[in-house]
Amino acid sequence: MLKIWSMKKEQQKAENSDGAAAGAAGGPKKKKVTAAQLRVQKDLSELSLGTTMRTDFPDPDNILSFILYIEPDEGMYKGGRFSFTFNITPNFPHEPPKVQCREKIYHPNIDLEGKVCLNILREDWKPVLNLNAVIVGLQFLFLEPNASDPLNKEAAEDLRSNREGFKRNVRSAMMGGSVKGEGFDRVAI
Amino acid sequence: MPSLKEQLKLRIESEVQTQIHVGRSFAMRLETRAYSDLHGTNEVNSGPLSLKGRGNAISISPREQLQAVSAHWSSNPSFPSNLQPHLRPNITTQSQHHQPLPSRPYHLHITAITMSAGPVHPSSEPARWKYLDRIRTRPGPFTTPEMFSGETSAEAMDKMKILVIGAGGLGCELLKNLALSGFKNIHVIDMDTIDISNLNRQFLFRQSDVGKFKAEVAAAFVEKRVKGVKITPHNCKIQDFDEDFYMQFQIVVCGLDSIEARRWINATLVNMVDETVEDSYKPLIDGGTEGFKGQARVILPTITSCLECQLDMHAPRAAVPLCTLASIPRQPEHCIEWAHVIAWDKEKPFPQLDKDDPEHITWLYQKALLRAKEFNISGVTYSLTQGVVKNIIPAIAATNSVIAAACCNEALKIATNCAPYLGYPENNYMMYSGNDSIYTYTFKHEKKDDCPVCGVSARELAVDPKWTLQELVDSFAARPEAQLKKPSVRAEGKTLYMQSPPSLEEQTRPNLEKTLAEGLGLMDGQEIGVTDPAFATVSFKFRLKFT
Ligand SMILES: [Zn+2]
Repeated sequence: MLKIWSMKKEQQKAENSDGAAAGAAGGPKKKKVTAAQLRVQKDLSELSLGTTMRTDFPDPDNILSFILYIEPDEGMYKGGRFSFTFNITPNFPHEPPKVQCREKIYHPNIDLEGKVCLNILREDWKPVLNLNAVIVGLQFLFLEPNASDPLNKEAAEDLRSNREGFKRNVRSAMMGGSVKGEGFDRVAI
Repeated sequence: MPSLKEQLKLRIESEVQTQIHVGRSFAMRLETRAYSDLHGTNEVNSGPLSLKGRGNAISISPREQLQAVSAHWSSNPSFPSNLQPHLRPNITTQSQHHQPLPSRPYHLHITAITMSAGPVHPSSEPARWKYLDRIRTRPGPFTTPEMFSGETSAEAMDKMKILVIGAGGLGCELLKNLALSGFKNIHVIDMDTIDISNLNRQFLFRQSDVGKFKAEVAAAFVEKRVKGVKITPHNCKIQDFDEDFYMQFQIVVCGLDSIEARRWINATLVNMVDETVEDSYKPLIDGGTEGFKGQARVILPTITSCLECQLDMHAPRAAVPLCTLASIPRQPEHCIEWAHVIAWDKEKPFPQLDKDDPEHITWLYQKALLRAKEFNISGVTYSLTQGVVKNIIPAIAATNSVIAAACCNEALKIATNCAPYLGYPENNYMMYSGNDSIYTYTFKHEKKDDCPVCGVSARELAVDPKWTLQELVDSFAARPEAQLKKPSVRAEGKTLYMQSPPSLEEQTRPNLEKTLAEGLGLMDGQEIGVTDPAFATVSFKFRLKFT
């Protein structure tokens, strides 16, 4: 009836059958490893955090949810510790991970609720990208805040018009001070 | 020596950007191909519009012809005349062309449908199947003696069980087509109930059906119209069933709008393959539409590329950069998205956004309207708000019927071997676009060696349940096919040992001392996933077999 069986046989003959995958039969099959989880596992085992980043998994059995800490060692955010929640849906990598900054910080590309404007987290996400690309992107935001893609308009304007003044405001915000009447979380270490 | 900043910048540029472009170049190749196919030198000249895929030429007849077919349908009193979205393209093939094989089936299917369009009286039942039986019982230019038997193919179809997943826009078409193509035993799964907005295209439903289960109503309707077909509805999620359930079918046809559900059924069917059991191979026919675009593809589990291999063929939801929403909205949609992703989180008017709650949508609508005023943008309406927030892509009835027809053809060909089908011998993917005239392109999507679903079939791994996890990890280094140096190991829902990142390594290190069965609760037959940075593109799956 169906040709598929004879096709498989032909394919195996052509492949010269390594036999390693044989013996799939037998017993009830239990708990499958899902594609999304295997992909996240792979991404995590290839993560290169360097000295400026580390992770924290509240539940090590749930690798779809974790916190990333970034401590920039240069640039105007040097000396701060910033943390981001990563939430990965079962539809990963079709959908990008959901990333949010946990502190209220003064940054042109991160708003006061912690939303991050990073192209690969939204409009430019592709399944071929991985978690490493995302953390490299986040790290880059601290080294080079970008005034042309503002999410916090005041901060972007500040950076554009008066770079030195912006640096001072970043400093005071990182110390837990306020900028233009808006209070910020202390992130300095 | 470049600074760290420059290094990072370079890395982003090389890593991120080139990866993005890899994805794009394929789409661009397709577009180029589409262009040259339409304007190339060897264009087949046949009527108002002619199209060529790789080796197959299809000419689409003019609009009047479509309308004629459509009129034929509306003259049928048994089908609702107020709901007439069924434009049936009458597609003919260019058989004089070098390789006409793949296009013939379209012709077959149109035959199957038009013959049954008139009112059917019980006495004329045999006549209904007359043309179908010619295809099923007579060898033709596309059949081979080894594969096709005119005596048995109709009989085999009578006994065959086919599963339809989804009873929505595509599902209604699929059920009707399959029943009219001679499938006698059909099951259908859909968890949804009928909404009034479905009625314009989901033609098996009436106003009085609103609120009832789609699967149930669709099954009853088609059973009534096509004598001798048995349709069993299941008002639930596909995830509610296990492998035993799916094992009873010979073919699975999907008419889904969710990628998540597709990935699930794909992984399930691929995992069910047992190389020693012929019946464990279930062809998956997947139809999908988005506005004027659609695709039909066939997955022969472990033989052709699977849905997971083809994940990059799904255009991600078109998103607008957050900063555009936040600072320079230009379109009414931007204002609505702003209300949805920024204003809602800031103000949290209700604890949880319910996209079906009119009160919530009204709140977003009002917010968007204010923002639109501020930026002098017009066009924000309640229904646009609803559409943007729920990510509604207008469903086009004609696209659904074209794609469902293609899927049904594949089912008929697979079931009877009356002609080559998608996946056999070569091409497995047919894309359709009605955006700018009508265009189809059929090609072979290659299987990915590193596909986490079909690229890595779970190998059996004999282990002693009294082994410690450390012993298991060490054993991977010795396995000939893997020789893993730094393996990370997980079972579904249980992280056993991760070499990286460091915090996870530390948290899972104590597991290394524990025994597999007693200490970690692993079971005989359980699957584990193994990754290693040394194999950047491959992951491994093993099925534990306790000795
Ligand atoms: Zn695959």
